[in-house]
Amino acid sequence: MRFFRILGRSIRDAFKSVGRNFSLSLASISCIIVTLIIVALSIVITYNVDNFSSELKKDLTIVAFVSNEADKTDVEKLESDIKEISNVSKVTFKSKSEIKEEMMQEDEAFLNVMKQWDDEENPLQNTYLIKVDDIEKIGETATAINNLSAIDTVKYGEGMVDQLVTVFKVAQRVSLIAVIALVLMTMFLIVNTIKLTIFSRKREISIMRLVGASNFAIKIPFVVEGMILGFLGSLVPVGLLIYGYKALYSYFGGRLFTDIIKLVKPTPFIYYASIVVVVIGIVVGMIGSGRAVRKYLKV
Amino acid sequence: MEFIRFNNVTKQYKNGVVAIYDLNLSIEKGDFCFIIGGSGSGKSTLIKMLYREEKPTRGEIIIGGLKVNKLRNSNVYKLRRKLGIVFQDYRLLPKSNVYENVAFALEAIGAKKKEIRPKVLKAIELVGLKSKLRDYPDNLSGGEQQRVAIARAIVNEPKLLICDEPTGNLDPNMSMEIVDLLEEINKKEGTTVVMVTHDKVIVDKKKKHVIALKEGHLYKDYKEGEYIDEVL
Repeated sequence: MRFFRILGRSIRDAFKSVGRNFSLSLASISCIIVTLIIVALSIVITYNVDNFSSELKKDLTIVAFVSNEADKTDVEKLESDIKEISNVSKVTFKSKSEIKEEMMQEDEAFLNVMKQWDDEENPLQNTYLIKVDDIEKIGETATAINNLSAIDTVKYGEGMVDQLVTVFKVAQRVSLIAVIALVLMTMFLIVNTIKLTIFSRKREISIMRLVGASNFAIKIPFVVEGMILGFLGSLVPVGLLIYGYKALYSYFGGRLFTDIIKLVKPTPFIYYASIVVVVIGIVVGMIGSGRAVRKYLKV
Repeated sequence: MEFIRFNNVTKQYKNGVVAIYDLNLSIEKGDFCFIIGGSGSGKSTLIKMLYREEKPTRGEIIIGGLKVNKLRNSNVYKLRRKLGIVFQDYRLLPKSNVYENVAFALEAIGAKKKEIRPKVLKAIELVGLKSKLRDYPDNLSGGEQQRVAIARAIVNEPKLLICDEPTGNLDPNMSMEIVDLLEEINKKEGTTVVMVTHDKVIVDKKKKHVIALKEGHLYKDYKEGEYIDEVL
């Protein structure tokens, strides 16, 4: 019970102290806001990159075009050859007549031209549609397939996929570095805010010591103050995250520039991300104030 | 019954200065004891060791059965809860009124809300400041501020009241009033009082147990009524 009474009074004192050192508290809160906005951004980027990668994994297909000179046994043997290549997860055969049918259904112009082709005249090629386990190795897998003698060419949208993966990876790394730098800066500011509080309450602390307040009772108001700063600093980023992401999602119609890049649906993603942002704010505040207490309070 | 015991206590500071040499003394429960001595006699060090602000380099200090020198830093608060401490400079919170200043001592140790009010009112009444409950320290005289500090020191009903030159900033009349008040607390509540002072008039008049220190040594231990003014 004593624990809760001390905690209750600490929370009251911490709120008072945030108000008393308002300008410095505001500086800390502003820094936390900036930090957490970047954290929120990096969560959004990371999660979307992950989502994009896993979607790609599902959608991305290597199309291997079989040479028209290959006979039936060559084509049948090809399937088992492709399956033996590492990283290949699924192989589907699509004959040139099936492709012809699909194309004729897609477009009237195709229909007019293609309906005159019989099987002998059809210039399209038989294809194998191949799914892979690891999209980062898709290039190597495509080359291995291309090396098979009965294969003419292999396509997997190489240039664009490689570039997208690279761009997203760079964005992820840059945001991570920015987050680490900002978290450190925020902690530094919180240490200073709490230091000022400790100095402004020096007399109070010395009296607390004299009347027999435990170390816990002396320390806890400052730690709570750090947590409050962290919490207050997380409110703006959370608001931005929730409303900003929803707006972004509906503005882009759930996809970024192209159908390949689908955005993660706002619900429940933004709520989980908000919890993470608030927790990071509180933890950063707590660690910052904990360091200040250890350094300047000497209890 | 013996309440405070110093056994061969020596205190040497980190800078090499020895403040107390091999001190042995004893103070009875319910005693009112003055500690006197010139500057550098070790009075302040002795009193700081009593409330464990300083630790003896050698020897042991026992208060009410508790070996103070063995106490870990993290457990010092357990000792302090049994003590009341009064300083020359009052050490009040300037932005809190009389009631809040006294209540702070109980709030800081996590006392129950319903316990705080009656205890605080009782302590303030005892020091005669009932009519000034809502006054702030700036609006009080030096003597009244010291009364608030005393009320704060006794609010938790300590077994021992340590006073470090409590009359140092007060005129002779107020000084006497404060010592009278301490004497009253000593008699009424049975609280042991240890008071460091420079004020020979008070020591002379009160005829209490007097411990005289000189250059870190025990110069003389005068039992009640034995003290005669000597140049230390």
